[in-house]
Amino acid sequence: MNRITERMNALKASSRKAFVAYLVSGDPRPSVTLEAMHELVRQGVDIIELGIPFSDPMAEGEVIQLGHERALSHNVSLTSSMALVKQFREQNTQTPVILMGYANPIERKGYETFADSASDAGVDGVLTVDLPPEEARDLNEELQRVGLHNIFLLAPTTTPARIHEIVSMASGFVYYVSLKGVTGAGHLDLNSVKQKLGEIRKMTDLPLCVGFGIKDGASAKAVSEHGDGAVVGSVFVDKMGKLADKSDEEIIKAVGEIAANIRSGLDN
Amino acid sequence: MNDLTSAENIDYSCFPDEHGHFGIYGGRFVSETLISALDELAAIYKKLKDDPGFQAEFDKDMAHYVGRPSPLYHAERWSQEVGGAQIYFKREDLNHTGAHKVNNTIGQALLAKYSGKKRVIAETGAGQHGVASATVATRLGLECEVFMGEEDVRRQSLNVYRMKLLGAKVTAVTSGTRTLKDAMNEAMRDWVTNVDDTFYIIGTVAGPHPYPELVRDFQSIIGREARQQSLNQTGKLPDVLVACVGGGSNAIGLFHPFLNDESVRMVGVEAGGDGVETGRHAAPLNDGVPGVLHGGRTYLMEDENGQIIDTHSISAGLDYPGVGPEHSWLKDLGRVDYVAVTDQEALAAFREVTLVEGIMPALETSHALAYAKKLAKDMPKDQTIVVNLSGRGDKDILTMADLDNITL
Repeated sequence: MNRITERMNALKASSRKAFVAYLVSGDPRPSVTLEAMHELVRQGVDIIELGIPFSDPMAEGEVIQLGHERALSHNVSLTSSMALVKQFREQNTQTPVILMGYANPIERKGYETFADSASDAGVDGVLTVDLPPEEARDLNEELQRVGLHNIFLLAPTTTPARIHEIVSMASGFVYYVSLKGVTGAGHLDLNSVKQKLGEIRKMTDLPLCVGFGIKDGASAKAVSEHGDGAVVGSVFVDKMGKLADKSDEEIIKAVGEIAANIRSGLDN
Repeated sequence: MNDLTSAENIDYSCFPDEHGHFGIYGGRFVSETLISALDELAAIYKKLKDDPGFQAEFDKDMAHYVGRPSPLYHAERWSQEVGGAQIYFKREDLNHTGAHKVNNTIGQALLAKYSGKKRVIAETGAGQHGVASATVATRLGLECEVFMGEEDVRRQSLNVYRMKLLGAKVTAVTSGTRTLKDAMNEAMRDWVTNVDDTFYIIGTVAGPHPYPELVRDFQSIIGREARQQSLNQTGKLPDVLVACVGGGSNAIGLFHPFLNDESVRMVGVEAGGDGVETGRHAAPLNDGVPGVLHGGRTYLMEDENGQIIDTHSISAGLDYPGVGPEHSWLKDLGRVDYVAVTDQEALAAFREVTLVEGIMPALETSHALAYAKKLAKDMPKDQTIVVNLSGRGDKDILTMADLDNITL
């Protein structure tokens, strides 16, 4: 069974919420990421979303844009990021890893080659921000062929008809974008999240994770009350940027502390 | 079903398909949040494009605000000097605001008005589309914010001030390469945040569906006029059409109404920068690969990892790593030839046409002129070439003075 499904089932059985943490691969430098992933797991992260740096990250707020730029300055790529996942798997065979990024690096590699390499590296799911269902069919087929989940986004602006169409293509879990805006935005509206999640819940049994604008344990807990988990990214990436000139150990420790706080917020 | 593998038997007026695809190109590669806004735009456009009231308002603005039809001018003296085909200029430089850009901004601003949006945003490189957007926004009483790469803000200070005089807010973009592509990223980010009350006026035939289609339709007035003017003035269709291609809106505007005219050859001229062989250029159709950027699949300049790379051109308006998806399709079909002209060749054409015809073309346009000259030389005198004189060169005076080591 795919690790994402396995983890989601286990969380549900123990009535816990999923903590999904996002890091940019190779941010602020490649030597940090592998240990940071292990540290996130030690501090209670359930699923790691590894951001694949892209020159034109259209959906990201400034914080994550800068993370992409830091990683690109070290020539981090989709290929090197999959190699990193393979390394991660040498020590961790349990924690699901999702690659999150933009279509062009995947197009460049070719869908079939990409699906084979990702599966071989031990990746469990793929989230392509700029590949809505209309354009995702070919990639979807390739991912299904190798048993990887394709994680789709739903937004506050997604109509009921589209929700229906998207959840029928989705697997693993569905990622609800909590607000109209970019990653790291500051205008999360809990009421609208609650209402929309209720609407989505009626149309699918897939787990629902909520992301964008979630900054701490309290907001993570608040959004996950109406869903099955929370995705947190910008606070980690912001810390990476602020501590970029510090030692790897210092950065990894700081990232772990943020994760521990959010985990305890979610579990309270 | 049309046969996509051959240029024969295609009715070009039937594309894109309902999902915005031109063969494998185009489409809608954006995050989910924007889909409903694009659906709404496509629906409004579909309703209005055949609406007599909307069309009448557009035509009225084209005639009395923009000053259309723009002349089809026989550049007799230059044709004689070149010594071959007769060269005609489609004078988009005489439009209000000095370029073809305004045809599109008027169309989109009307769509914004009919959609009830109170705010428009735009991206700009050289500033021409920003100025054209600020112009129509202030006239319709719409709030306007223009995103411009920090590097371009510095290079194009005149247009920045022009936009401010027109009441627009100009936001310098500091991410990425700080040029046009980054301005477009930032405009998309603004749009996704303010999607309820904001209309995004995209300046070229790129972006997600339905933008490539609607921008083309608004710009096609260029080709419709040129076709009729050619018939009236020369008694026949032109033999060759030439236009510069950055995103490709002036080129598609000229070409599109002629695509089904088999006898008419078309050439799109990309920015060759230091030369296509040097890698320092902005010519994705000559030296790029298909990929996905800014909402559509099209030819792009990128590295082996799929990262978009820096472009280079003397002309800020052509300095873009992608191109409209319809051009990618027309290239693959072989219906349009895409060539490149270097900075030096474009500069020489700028000087030559300025001195011979007393018409100072934009540096973008100078690329088309440079190639038209090469073509015309080897053509008989009774054949005609129509060059889209897409913009005037006033905005490039400082660049030219710089090259001549003159401080103004």
